Amino acid sequence: MTTMTKPRYTGKRHRLDKPELLAPAGSLEKLKFAVHYGADAVYIGGQKYGLRSNAGNFSFEEMKEGVEFANRYGAKVFVATNIYAHNEDIEGLEQYLKELENAGIAAIIAADPAIIETAQRVAPKLEVHLSTQQSTLNWQAVKFWKDEGLPRVVLARETSVEEIAEIKAHVDIEIEAFIHGAMCSSFSGRCVLSNHFTDRDSNRGGCCQSCRWKYDLFVDEDAPAFQEQDDKFTMGSKDLCMIEHLPDLIEVGIDSFKIEGRMKSLHYVATVVNVYRQAIDAYFADPEGYELKQEWLDEIHKAANRPLNTGFFFDTPGSEDHIYEPEDKPAPYDFAGVVMAYDEVKGEALVQQRNHFKPGQEVEFVGPEGTFFKQIVGAITDEEGNELDAARHPLQLIRMRVEQPVKAMDMMRKRTGKSK
Amino acid sequence: MDNGYRPELLVMPSSLEEMRLLGAAGANAFTVGEARYGMRLAGEFDLKAVQHAAEYTRANNFKLYAAVNNLIDNETLPDLPAYIRGLAEAGVDAVIFGDPAVLMTVRSEAPQLELHWNAEMTSTNYATANYWGRRGAHRVVLARELNMEQVIEVKQHTELQVEVQVHGMTNIYHSKRSLLHSYLDHQAKSGIESELKEEPGSFGQTGGLFLVETERPEERYPIYEDSNGTHIMSSDDICMLENLHELLEAGIDSFKIEGILKTPAYNETVVRAYRYVIDKYLKDPAGYQFQDEWLEPIREIQDPKRELSFGFFYKEQVY
Repeated sequence: MTTMTKPRYTGKRHRLDKPELLAPAGSLEKLKFAVHYGADAVYIGGQKYGLRSNAGNFSFEEMKEGVEFANRYGAKVFVATNIYAHNEDIEGLEQYLKELENAGIAAIIAADPAIIETAQRVAPKLEVHLSTQQSTLNWQAVKFWKDEGLPRVVLARETSVEEIAEIKAHVDIEIEAFIHGAMCSSFSGRCVLSNHFTDRDSNRGGCCQSCRWKYDLFVDEDAPAFQEQDDKFTMGSKDLCMIEHLPDLIEVGIDSFKIEGRMKSLHYVATVVNVYRQAIDAYFADPEGYELKQEWLDEIHKAANRPLNTGFFFDTPGSEDHIYEPEDKPAPYDFAGVVMAYDEVKGEALVQQRNHFKPGQEVEFVGPEGTFFKQIVGAITDEEGNELDAARHPLQLIRMRVEQPVKAMDMMRKRTGKSK
Repeated sequence: MDNGYRPELLVMPSSLEEMRLLGAAGANAFTVGEARYGMRLAGEFDLKAVQHAAEYTRANNFKLYAAVNNLIDNETLPDLPAYIRGLAEAGVDAVIFGDPAVLMTVRSEAPQLELHWNAEMTSTNYATANYWGRRGAHRVVLARELNMEQVIEVKQHTELQVEVQVHGMTNIYHSKRSLLHSYLDHQAKSGIESELKEEPGSFGQTGGLFLVETERPEERYPIYEDSNGTHIMSSDDICMLENLHELLEAGIDSFKIEGILKTPAYNETVVRAYRYVIDKYLKDPAGYQFQDEWLEPIREIQDPKRELSFGFFYKEQVY
């Protein structure tokens, strides 16, 4: 990863003292975990108009429940309506946006002016945030959208810290930037590989990630550039991770730090949110004395599914920033369970199984403050007290002794690999 | 009955010389520009060359459009007003834009110029076209991923001129990254020698590089790098000649032939074929019937490895 040698750029956050930590939530349960682990806002998808047609998208009822839950923590819920609409998508749009407003959604994230304008007209209580799908790189375009009445712009992932500083200097508007997660390697919205390969419309949620497929590069008809056994060509990018550079992003004045991943697991979202929450809070508690903690990096790697980099923040990605070789899982931990309840008297937790675990295995417990203890799993029973040799069944409720007090919504990870 | 409908036949030449060739073959509108401001151009036209081009188009009653459709970064902004004024002075008829910064600059620096909204794959519906129309656009350049019904419906629901690409390849992926360089660097680090050596132009439009995906050995996707990043192009060439009357009946205002990565001889043949068909149709719309032989010159000059297709005109996409 690149480090910055130049003096830091400083900008002004528009409205917030601390940058907002904005997390993805592919389901109601993930929303609750994201908020519980420290997100200031979450973004979700509804049944229509979103770019993740395969994510567990929310009904209006679920949205209402999500908003209610988030509000208890002082958090907000945004809805991604970030497709580029076709003619036939326009019918029903007004009704849909009104429903979002009624459900208490704070903002939509939109790219298509047809959606932006309709929202402003029929659902004025909804804020409209310009999606990264517009690939906005320059301050004059940002100013255009501000003049159009938008309070926030999500910049293109191709903007550097320096460019963000310049945008901040020219336009008084909230700036949101992706700080963690998977990235399109193309300019967002400027890719129709899925349309061509599979007749799935990438700009309406049908992306099949053709950028991560493997290709042979040919110089001319009979001359492949490389041999069969060599690494193949791909556009696939490493994932973004800015945990090591948080002060740069805070000081440049980014208003909202966005984590990618509506398709990611509950464990991923909670773990990543947890780390950035702690880092942001640590910075604001003592900006001068702020130091990156090794445990934050360790936690990020326990959640990561790909190698990580810093995207375009400091430099244009090069050969080190793409994934040409087979990938290894970075850390030997798997999500194993969620704490549902804790019995103080017995020192016993009720754990909902999320992956196979058994007595003798090493596990660690994670809560909103981070990973706080490890232990070896002792005897386990089902809810009725029947002893089990392993927790085999998805979502099965398991009773087990824990060596320290735990709370509902704490997560349990198991160490993987044959040694334990 | 002549209702005055005279659709435009638009092409992007790589040079003034090619422009004259294509004008003689029947094109009557041309797109030119330079890579600093315009995206995926067939050739570089600095302001001097734009001026020469404008002299030619004016003398022939043709139109000249400047491609200023890049995704604009901060660094380009300070030079944009002077460039737009330069285009106006050179005598272009319209500016093609995707980025709102260009729209704003044209409105302030050269409000007499027409504006063509072209956001490539994201110009997909009439409501958005009309949105840009209310902000000054005169024309929408439609995404190539729309089907015939959608194209016709846009035309029916907008006051803007509608431009549709009817022939040639399309861009299917654009990255700011230098993906060919990255790949070659990666291989070099592993000590792997390649047929491909980095020489001037070897990664560019004339490099002849293409990608083949393992499951689709017959399809060749051209790839090149330039100052705007990496571009991957479609493996087929749209060819709507046989069914051009459907678009003519719909009253489409401009038919675009994409000239990029093609020889002047190829473009000339294609322009000639479309000019012939347009004129045939306009002469007698009711009696018009396509003759298969009209396609023959294009078939003869077409690279056999590149399919002539209908693009997305008759496809249903899912998502």
